[in-house]
Amino acid sequence: MLDFVFQALQMTLVIALAPALTGLVRKVKARLTRKRGASILQPYFDLARLARKEAIVAESATTYFRVAPYLIFASTWVAASLVPTFATGLLYSWSADLIAIVALLGFGRFALTLAGMDVGTSFGGLGASREAMFATFAEPAMLTIVFCLALLAGSTQLSNIAEYLVVHDVGLRVTLGMSLIALVMVALAENGRVPIDNPATHLELTMVHEAMILEYSGRHLALIELAAMLKLLLYISIIGCVFAPWSLAIGDATAQARLVGAGLYVVKLCVAGVALGLFETSIAKMRVFRVPNFLGAALMLGLLGALLLFVSRSLR
Amino acid sequence: MNGLAFDVSHLLAGGLVLISFMLLYQTRLYALVNVYGAQAFVLSSAVAWQAFMENQPHLYATAAIAFLFKAALIPYALHRAIVRLGIDRDVENVVGVGPTMLAGLACVALAVVVMLRIANEADAVAREDLAFALAVILLGMLMMVVRRNAISMVVGFMSLENGLILAAAGAKGMPLVVEFAVAFSVVVALVVIWVFLFRLQQTFGHVDAAALDEFQGLRR
Repeated sequence: MLDFVFQALQMTLVIALAPALTGLVRKVKARLTRKRGASILQPYFDLARLARKEAIVAESATTYFRVAPYLIFASTWVAASLVPTFATGLLYSWSADLIAIVALLGFGRFALTLAGMDVGTSFGGLGASREAMFATFAEPAMLTIVFCLALLAGSTQLSNIAEYLVVHDVGLRVTLGMSLIALVMVALAENGRVPIDNPATHLELTMVHEAMILEYSGRHLALIELAAMLKLLLYISIIGCVFAPWSLAIGDATAQARLVGAGLYVVKLCVAGVALGLFETSIAKMRVFRVPNFLGAALMLGLLGALLLFVSRSLR
Repeated sequence: MNGLAFDVSHLLAGGLVLISFMLLYQTRLYALVNVYGAQAFVLSSAVAWQAFMENQPHLYATAAIAFLFKAALIPYALHRAIVRLGIDRDVENVVGVGPTMLAGLACVALAVVVMLRIANEADAVAREDLAFALAVILLGMLMMVVRRNAISMVVGFMSLENGLILAAAGAKGMPLVVEFAVAFSVVVALVVIWVFLFRLQQTFGHVDAAALDEFQGLRR
């Protein structure tokens, strides 16, 4: 029973915090450019406004166009519920490993690109083709990171990896550093953050995510936006649970420990949000054709990390 | 061998290989020279750590030489050369970055496989240092092969030299005289390269080594 309560807490927590995280990043970016910026709560108001509004669907749209937002949102939410955010060993976390999480996100991306092309406007197709190109480079990189972690911890289960890293003395590992950098690069690309795509622009030739959802409005748009916010939170949670797992409540922890873990999780998100805002203001967006190089570097870091791990394993 | 000592030397040697990849990836000359300086700095820390760990004071001298010449003097000289040659444009790659990276990874894999098989009797740190040193050497050679600009070829050569020093520091009982000799040979190489660079610039008006290919053809 208690298991159910905590799993439900995790699922509501991620969905409740995701807009605040996006709001925090926007606020930090605004403050750093000497603007006052909207309140951190603004994304909630935006979502509520969109949910109230009428959903307008293009004439040429098929049924899929209406279904897609629910598919995207559901796959992202399920993926987010599988990541150990404040405690390991929750009810659902045993049902799928990190590869399954990547697959769920891949499914969400597939649904989104298909929806982008559904109406048949040029912008949607443009965004979809770019998104597909980025995915082709980001997913191998992500999988090499998964391999590194799996080699190190002996499991692809995020809960097991986090527990292994907390319990065992892994020491200074160059592989962990490389996979951290690679994972951050992949996360930036997957979420369309600044060096890859600018989440704040509309109607620019460089945009990717915004181009695909240009035809959406009302509650459909609200769902897709919320899914995008969830995805950002999910990646930050993965990074947090693998590379800063000390605040997690491990295994069969008491309810109190889990609640403390939830509090620390919020702190972790705040730190990550401020860091992301700082990073985004200090860097310029790169040209689309340099993105394969950027993600290729992430892939290479992952492979090199796996190689180095292999060396130190065979020596010890 | 306690865990932390091994981990730190693993970290530093791994960092050296990583910086070699950054050299392959970097296409701007100024940044290339800076990255090279960073590699030399990591090398000198790796050697100093080795000295501290194995209590071999003469390795401190090696570390100091590496720092002085490779992390300070050579980058400074190369910066001067870039300014005087008036080339602050992009470096052109012969092969694209992607295939180069893959070739580099293959080099590292080769180095690891070869060294772990051959040096079976040596202790863990020495074997690892040898494997990574071979990787750095191969990456330096790769850099000299794929780049056309003379400055980046020089940087490739110098980073190859970094790999040699790492290997030498890993081998026990390397006399200090040899290290001095290596360090000074690098400086001599720098002088020769300096002359070569400016001759190239004078003759062809640029430092693209592709011009030499034609020259070779005329002679044959």
